[in-house]
Amino acid sequence: MIEIHNIHKAFNGKKVLDGVSGVFETGKTNLLLGASGTGKSVLLKCIVGLIKPDLGSVTFDGTYFTNNKLDIRQEIRRKIGMLFQGSALFDSMTVEQNVEFPLKMLTDMTKEERKERVDFCLKRVGLEGANKKMPSEISGGMKKRVGIARAIAPHCTYLFCDEPNSGLDPQTALKIDELIKEITEEYNITTIIVTHDMNSVIEIGDKIFFLYEGKKLWEGTRDDIMDTDIKELNDFIFANRLMRDAKKVEEEEREEEEERRYNGQLASQGKEKAPSEESVETEKEPHPDNPEGPAATTQTGNDKV
Amino acid sequence: MLQSFGKYLLFMQSLFIRKESARILFGRTVDEAILIGINSIFIVAIVSTFIGAVTCVQVSYNLNNAFIPRSTIGFMVREMTILELAPTITSIVLAGKVGSSIAGGLGTMQITEQVDALEVMGINSASYLVLPKVVAAILVFPMLVILAMFLSILGGYLAGTLSGELTPQEYITGIRDGFIPYNITFALIKSVVFAFLISSISSFRGYYTSGGALEVGAASTSAVTSSVIAILIGDFVLAYILL
Repeated sequence: MIEIHNIHKAFNGKKVLDGVSGVFETGKTNLLLGASGTGKSVLLKCIVGLIKPDLGSVTFDGTYFTNNKLDIRQEIRRKIGMLFQGSALFDSMTVEQNVEFPLKMLTDMTKEERKERVDFCLKRVGLEGANKKMPSEISGGMKKRVGIARAIAPHCTYLFCDEPNSGLDPQTALKIDELIKEITEEYNITTIIVTHDMNSVIEIGDKIFFLYEGKKLWEGTRDDIMDTDIKELNDFIFANRLMRDAKKVEEEEREEEEERRYNGQLASQGKEKAPSEESVETEKEPHPDNPEGPAATTQTGNDKV
Repeated sequence: MLQSFGKYLLFMQSLFIRKESARILFGRTVDEAILIGINSIFIVAIVSTFIGAVTCVQVSYNLNNAFIPRSTIGFMVREMTILELAPTITSIVLAGKVGSSIAGGLGTMQITEQVDALEVMGINSASYLVLPKVVAAILVFPMLVILAMFLSILGGYLAGTLSGELTPQEYITGIRDGFIPYNITFALIKSVVFAFLISSISSFRGYYTSGGALEVGAASTSAVTSSVIAILIGDFVLAYILL
């Protein structure tokens, strides 16, 4: 369990966090929700100690973290796993070396034990066989998976995710969300996720903290979020819905246009109408972000290996 | 300016707080030494050979007096090479190559949150990333300077003898004449000081990069500029103190 109390932070006199308090429970996915620039990422960095708050305190399972002795903070930090917005994989290392890195640095495991653990973690996130690939050779979704594998490799107690599905297509984003939720429940860890995506709230949000202009305006469960009478939160949900609907319409129009063009081409070549794109895709190899699962029906360029 | 210098001193202090184990630092230092040393051999060889050759030709052009023996050309090439050209020019070249690479690498790690990833794991990122670079540079630079001295004198020999400015015997006599071993020590001291300045200043610039790709480029440029200025100031100070 992580407790934060009265966190304040300002940059060059501009208040970014204004007295945020809360309790993040173990075994649950706690979401920090809010629009861009509301201080979610700053709060997350204050909690993990990357940014020092001007005022307030953070406690990990009863142990005071902020301003505590360096060795105590180090001890807590070694129990923290973090998935960064851009994955933050080490460019010069392979996928395997990235996952092995915290084990090498933080544990006394032998080479064989480390290898076993790396293989287990990569398998857990659905990336067996990608060991020798470089970060530049894998898709955005796979990078997130490697980031998760690296975070859980040293048996972390606390998992922090900074916008884990940013830059991913909705399908891959959903898979990453589900993976984080599964890992949280499986290992009974305290997970805090920064997001502005309502899909994540609906899918995995056990407890949600809504931030607005550096303040926590609301906290509750995903079942309560639709019934709130807080204007800022309702506006946020409404804007999210609008955006999601607009995206959906845009995608449908694009698919229709592609199908029209495809059929037109066939007609001009005097051929019979070929099977639809969907049925062609299902015969292809499985989706790279889900090697064990069923073949994807839509593939984005971003996610190709 | 003073604030930056203070920040630089605190940064250097942070390299020695909660260091990683000696085994890890040793491995990282070897990797860095290979990156800095092996990858710089070609550029150092080319630059120093031609500098020696040009020095020989220009000294020869200026020494027309019949009363001055031709072997003086070899003597002057040696003195200029050992005292100034090999350590200083090599360091300036390395400030461009190694300094920009260090600043660019660290800057990229900073803006892509790789440095934060290390910190979250409880690793002192400054110590883990920078200390091996500084140690590796201090170990490798003197070797590169010795190589530069040798190749520069060889370049002078080839340019002088092949162009017919002086005979091989005259050149050999010149480079053996009045040799002061302390000059070699002085050159090596300079190379160690310059290695420290280049690696630490470039690391400092790279480590405190914030923003995006544009800022990484700016950090690299600033690392090279600051390192070259520091080398020139250091060169003067060392010459004043040690000679």
